[in-house]
Amino acid sequence: MSAKIGLEIHCQLTTLNSKLFCACRADYRGMAPNTNVCATCMGLPGTLPRLNGEAVRRAAAIALSLGCEVPGTLRFFRKNYFYPDLPKNYQITQLDLYGPSSVGHGGSVAVGDRTVSIERVQLEEDPGRIVYGGEGGSAGDTLVDYNRAGTPLVEIVTGPDMRGAREVREFLGILHDMLENLGVSDTSLEGAMRADANVSIEGGNRVEIKNVTSFHDIGRAVEYEIARQAGNVEHGLETVQETRQWDERRRTTVGARSKEADQDYRYLIEHDIPPVGVSGAVAQIRASLPESIASRRRRYAAEDGMQAQVADVLSSEPHFARLYDAARTGENSRELANIITTDLMGLLETREARDCSRWSGPARRSPRRSTRWACGPSMTPARSRAPSRRSWPPTQRPSPTRAPRRRPSTTSWAWS
Amino acid sequence: MTANLALGLAEYAEGVRSGDVSAEEQMAATLERIARHDGVLHAYVSLDPGALGEAARVDRDARAGRDVGPLAGAPLAVKDNICVSRGPTTCCSRMLESYRSPYDATAVSRLRGAGAIVVGKTNMDEFAMGITTEFSSFGPSRNPWDTDRVPGGSSGGSAVAVSALECAAALGSDTGGSVRNPASFCSIVGLKPTYGRVSRHGLVSYANSIEQIGPMARSVRDAAMMMDAMAGHDPMDDTTRRAGPAGGHTAHLRDGVEGLVVGVDAREVDRSTCVGRAARRAAGALESLGASVVDVDLAHEGLSVAAYYVLTAAEAGSNLARYDNIRYGYDMPPDGYEHGAYVTAARSRLGPEVQRRMILGGFVPSAGHAGRYYLKALRARDVLASEADSAFSSRGLACMLSPTVPVPPFRVGEKIDDPVELFRMDSNTVLANLTGRPAVSVPFTLCDGLPVGMQLVGRAGEDARLLGVAAALEGAADDMGVPAL
Ligand SMILES: [Zn+2]
Repeated sequence: MSAKIGLEIHCQLTTLNSKLFCACRADYRGMAPNTNVCATCMGLPGTLPRLNGEAVRRAAAIALSLGCEVPGTLRFFRKNYFYPDLPKNYQITQLDLYGPSSVGHGGSVAVGDRTVSIERVQLEEDPGRIVYGGEGGSAGDTLVDYNRAGTPLVEIVTGPDMRGAREVREFLGILHDMLENLGVSDTSLEGAMRADANVSIEGGNRVEIKNVTSFHDIGRAVEYEIARQAGNVEHGLETVQETRQWDERRRTTVGARSKEADQDYRYLIEHDIPPVGVSGAVAQIRASLPESIASRRRRYAAEDGMQAQVADVLSSEPHFARLYDAARTGENSRELANIITTDLMGLLETREARDCSRWSGPARRSPRRSTRWACGPSMTPARSRAPSRRSWPPTQRPSPTRAPRRRPSTTSWAWS
Repeated sequence: MTANLALGLAEYAEGVRSGDVSAEEQMAATLERIARHDGVLHAYVSLDPGALGEAARVDRDARAGRDVGPLAGAPLAVKDNICVSRGPTTCCSRMLESYRSPYDATAVSRLRGAGAIVVGKTNMDEFAMGITTEFSSFGPSRNPWDTDRVPGGSSGGSAVAVSALECAAALGSDTGGSVRNPASFCSIVGLKPTYGRVSRHGLVSYANSIEQIGPMARSVRDAAMMMDAMAGHDPMDDTTRRAGPAGGHTAHLRDGVEGLVVGVDAREVDRSTCVGRAARRAAGALESLGASVVDVDLAHEGLSVAAYYVLTAAEAGSNLARYDNIRYGYDMPPDGYEHGAYVTAARSRLGPEVQRRMILGGFVPSAGHAGRYYLKALRARDVLASEADSAFSSRGLACMLSPTVPVPPFRVGEKIDDPVELFRMDSNTVLANLTGRPAVSVPFTLCDGLPVGMQLVGRAGEDARLLGVAAALEGAADDMGVPAL
C-alpha cells in the first residue's frame, strides 16, 4: 500500500549571534532559565521587533539551496494564539496568503529517483519552552523558560511526495547535510531540528503527526503511522483526519484533542516590520553560497577520479571536504581521500562510539557514518576539541578569535 | 522671580540659560497648580516625585554654564501609554495598574535629552480606546473650559494639562484622532506626525499600523520644537527607517501660505453649524493670506470610519493579547482554571470599550470572515490612500482643511452609551491615520464659549511644511484667551 508523506521541518539558525528580533543570544543552551531574555523577546509593552538581517540572509541561503525562488519582497505576519510559551500571544512568522512573500517557494530536492517538492521556506520566531512537572519547581508546576523565545527558526514545508519511511530518512539526511554544509545550523544540538509529518495512505484521510523532536523518531513515527493506517484499511475502518502526537516513550502516535487542530490563527499583517526588499541581495547571497554537496561530489569524481562511494562520503562532510581541498595537490588526492575517509573518520567514530550513550542524529545514507552524529549536547569533551562558532558564509577555517561560550559542536573538532 | 507658567518652550529654555527663569521655581509652581486644580480636572494619574529635584539640577547646570538643551527645564506631561523608566505605565487599565516599565520610550528619552522634565503621566481612555477620556479605569478628566464637559480623547489628560498650565507641553498618541481631538476640545495645538516619523518604541501598541506619538502644546512653534527633539530614525523601531534625521520642523514657521493651494471638503464644512461656519472662516483667512482654496471631493471618504474600526479592532485584538494576566494583571489566583478559561476570565475584567474592540478584533480577521472585514478594510485603506494621493497631486494641494471634530466639546456622560455616535466624532480625523499623512489641529475659535479647532492634513513626510501652514492659521485665529479656572 503506498503512502504519501509530507514534512514540515523546523530548523533553528543556531550559528547566528542573536535572536530574530533582539540582541539576545540565538544559542540559549546551557543558560539558567530566563536569563537570555530582554524587553523585546519578553514582549513587554511598547517593544517592537527589530529584524535581524543576517537571519534573513541565511534563511534565503537555505531557500536558494533547496532550489526555491526568493520573492523580491518579504513580508511578516502574526499568527495569533494563546499559549504560555508565547510572550506576546502571537508568533511572528511568514505566510503566502496574499502572494508569495515567504523567504522561499517552489523548490525541489532529488531523493534517489524521486523529486520532493519544497512548497515553502519561511522565517519565524521560536516560542519559549514549557517545562512540565517539577524540574526546578514543585511536582505539579508547569514552568516557562523564555530563553528560547525569539530564536530564529526556518520552517521548510515539503509536498506530500515521499512514499515511505525510507524516503523520509533519506530526505532528512540530504537536508541535514545541506544545512551543515551551509553552516547555518548545528543540527546536533538538542531541539535544533524538529519536524511534523503529514501521512496518508491511498485514498485515506490525512493525519498530521506533531511533536517529533529528533530526526530518528520521525522515521519511526512515520513507520508507525503507516502501519496504523494500513491496519485501519484492513479492518475496514476509516482513518480519521486528525492531529496526533508522537509519544517518544511508547513509540506510538496518539490522538491529540481536536480543539488544537481546529485552531483559527487569525493571521494579520505584521506592520511593525516593513516589507523587506531583497531582490538586490539575492544574487549576492547566491554567489556567496558554499559549493553544494552534489557539485563537490561531481568534482571529486570527475577531477580527482575518486570512487563514487568515497566521493559520496567525503563530499557531504563540509569540514573533511575543506580539509581535503586544502591539502590536495593533484598527486596525493587518492591517498589523502583514503586517509580522511578511513583512518580519520574511523578514528573519530570509535572515539565517539565510546563516549556517546545517546543516538539523536538522523539516519545516514552511508552506514559507516551512521553513529558519528551520536553525540548530543550532553557530551562535552574536555580534551582536544576546540569549540568554535562557525562564521558565515563558511570560510576555510572557523575564526579562532570568537569566544566560544556555546558547547562544542561535533563537527568543529577538525580545525582544532 | 515669579513663575510664569504660560511661557513658550523657547522662552523657557532661554530664560533658564540666562538665569532669568528658575526651572525649580517653575516646576514648584506647576506642581502647586496641579495640586490646586487637578482634583477637579484629573489630568494626571501619577506624578514623578523626582521632577523638582531634576529642575534644581537643570538650574545648577545652567549656572555652571553647561548645555541644558533646547527644552531646558520644561515640565513635560506624558500620556500613560508611553513608557517611562520611573513610575507606572498603566494605559489607565486595571490590567497594568502595577506595571513598571524598565525603559523610557525613545520619544521620552529624546525629550529628556533635550532638557525636558517629566512631571507625570496623564489620564486617557483605557488602552487609548475612546475619544472622551471617560473610558479611563481611573475616572474621567474634565475640560478646563467647562468642567461639565469632556476634554476629548484618548489623550485627554495631556490636553487638559497643557491647556490648564499644568505643564509646558505634553506627549499624546494618535490612532484615529487621539491627539487632535482633545487638542481641539481644549484649544491647544496637537500634531499627528507622518507615520514612521516619531519612534513608537515605548508606545504601548493599540493599532500599530497607523498610530504615532505626537506633540501637544500651546503653540505651533512649541510643537515644532518638540518634533525637532524627538523625531527621526530610531534603531529600536524599524518603521522609522525612512524618517530621516530629526530637526527642521521650525524651518517653515514663517513661510506663510502665499501661493499654496488648500483643499476643503465641502461635505465637512456644513454652513448650518457654528463649527462648519468656523471652518469656512478659517479657509477665508488662509485665502486672505495668499492661499487659494479649492473644493475637494474624496469619493470614498465615507469608507474611512468603517475601515478604521475594522483595522484597529483587528490589530488591538492581537496587540492586547499579551495581557492575559499571567505576566501582568490583577491578583487572580489560577487555581481551578485551565489556561484558556483563566485568560478569558481575566480579560473579562478589562473595561467595556476595550472588551468591545477585542471581541470585534477576534471576529474580523477570523477564518470565514476575514474576506468580508479585515481584508476588505485593508483594500479600503489602499483605495483611500490612492484617492488622497491623486487629489493632492492633481490639485497641487499643500494640505486639506476641515474642522478637527464636527462638534464642540459635549457633556460628560452625554455620548458614552452610544458607541456609534462616538465613532462618528472620528470622521474627520481617521483619514490621516489610514493614509499615514501628518495632520495637525490648531485652535481657531469658540462656539458658545467652547473651543473649536481646525485640522490641516498635509503631505506624507512634509510635517515641517504642514506646521508652516498651521502657524499661519494660528496667526489668523481668534483670540480665545485662557480657560478661567
Ligand atoms: Zn531578547
